Formats: sequence, structure tokens, C-alpha cells
Amino acid sequence: MIWAGVLVACASCYALKLAGLSLPARLLLDARVQRTVPLVPVALLAALVATQTFATGQHLVLDVRAAALGVAVVAVLLRAPFLVVVAAAAATAALLRLL
Amino acid sequence: MDSARISTQARRGVVRDALGIAIASGAYAVSFGAISTAAGLSLLQTCALSVLMFTGASQFALVGIVGAGGSVWAGAATAALLGSRNALYGVRLSSILDRSGLRRLLAAHLVIDETTAMAIARESPAEGRFAFWATGAALFSLWNLGTLVGALATDLVPDPKVFGLDAAPPAAFLALLAPQLRAREPMAIALAAGVVALACLPFVPAGIPLLIVALIVALFGVLRSRA
Repeated sequence: MIWAGVLVACASCYALKLAGLSLPARLLLDARVQRTVPLVPVALLAALVATQTFATGQHLVLDVRAAALGVAVVAVLLRAPFLVVVAAAAATAALLRLL
Repeated sequence: MDSARISTQARRGVVRDALGIAIASGAYAVSFGAISTAAGLSLLQTCALSVLMFTGASQFALVGIVGAGGSVWAGAATAALLGSRNALYGVRLSSILDRSGLRRLLAAHLVIDETTAMAIARESPAEGRFAFWATGAALFSLWNLGTLVGALATDLVPDPKVFGLDAAPPAAFLALLAPQLRAREPMAIALAAGVVALACLPFVPAGIPLLIVALIVALFGVLRSRA
């Protein structure tokens, strides 16, 4: 089941890349497309941050992941590299669980 | 060969920048490999994502959603939605890249944030084309190598929670989001999206809040651009 989802997702992502090189520019330069498409990642990434930090399954929870996200926010504000942001968050969660 | 028209100096500069970007992305791929295996995907599935999907945010989204107990289909839909921005890059690249033949099919796979940024910042189309392929080749290699390293390392860990790996995905999403929050409107959209996702989370299956958020933001974008 995971394989099917993985492969369909890969094919969809490739189709989108190819569409950009193949579709008439007129279509992709349409004001609605140009205005809307860049908003989608902003909204989805923010929704992912929220749901993966403050929920387990269908339940809202507040646990060590919130503290880990706080540390990640500080790391981002300090312009830390990607891997440092991720590692700092993971280390925070791991350390708090040890306490 | 049009690459002959580029000065050796320009070519060296491009290769140096491409390697810099590829090394940074390779490190980021290590975290992808680790998060993916920790989320329950196999080593082969993890590597397949980096080879075949090859667009970071979408890959993180798919494994993040699966890891949080969502269905792989919700993950696949979110990955595709996040990949929609790559279609817009194609428009800017079409004047630089060949628009026909087999080479375009291969080029399409490499159309991502980094290769686009490197290609469109050049003085001539020939230089842009060279930058696109150099960045694409370097990034693809190190992205997949990094993924394998991260996946192998996590495969050896019996319980990823001990290393706080379950707290890693939100940090990864935040790091991907942060550069896009420089203006007031994206900031407002991000906050609203987070609140809406949490508000509908208790009432729908895992992963679905993301699709609801995508639908709302798409409607907002279309209505806004009409006004």
C-alpha cells in the first residue's frame, strides 16, 4: 500500500515538473495561477508544522515536541543551517524525555 | 556544443556554487533519510522517493504524514500539492532549456527550487543551461547519497523516539517555510493555515486537515487575484 502511494506521488510530482516545461506559457502565467500556486506551500508547510507538533492522531496534545519546535524557531531566527535546525529539535525532544 | 561559449572562469564559478548547494542539500537529505525510515518507510521506499520524486518539501510531507499515522494517499496528495510550484519554475526555464526531445524529459526531473535559482541568475542562456545541468547533477548525486546515509543510520536504531526523531519533521517543515515568511501576507496565511488545520484535526482522519487547508488557500488565491 505504501509503495502504491509512493509511486503515484512520484509520478504526480514529475508530471507537474514536466507540465511546467511543456504547457503553453500563457496558461501558467495566468494571474490566478501565478497568485495562487506560491501560497499553497506556505499554507501546507505551516499546517504540517502545526499538526505534527500539536497532535497525535486525531488528538490535540502538548508535549516535548512543542519545546522542540520552540528550539527550532530560535535556530531558524539565528539563521542556522537546515540540518542544525532539525538536529537541535530532535536533541531537545530526546533530552526532555530523559529528564 | 554551446558550453564552449562560456568562459572557463564563469564555468568554474558555476561549478563551485553548484557543489556548495549540493553539499548543503546532501546534509539535508541525511535528515530526510533518517525521518523517512523513522516514519516506517523501508530503506528501498526511502531511496525510491529521493530518486523518483526528487523534490524535498514533497518528500518530507509524504513521510511526515505517514509517520504521524495518516494514510499514504493523504501524504501523496499533499506531496503533489507541494510540488505544484515546480510547474511555475518551468515557465522561467523554458527560454533557457531545450523545449523538445528526450533531454527535456530528463531536464524536467531536475526542475526544483535550487536548479531554477541557479539557472535564471545567469548572464546568457548558455550559462544558465550549464548552471542548470551542473546544479542538477551535483544535487541529484548528493541528495541520494545523503538519503541513503540517513536511512542506513536510522535503520540501526531500534526506537527512533529515543533520539527525538519524531520531533524532527516539524522542525524540517519550519526550516523550509521560514524563507517564505518575509512579508506580512504569507505570515498571516501561515498562521491561519496552522489554526485551521488544528481546528479541523479532531473531526477528520489524519492528513485530511492539510487538504482542507490547501483547498481554502487555493480558493483564497483565486478570489484574491480576481478582485
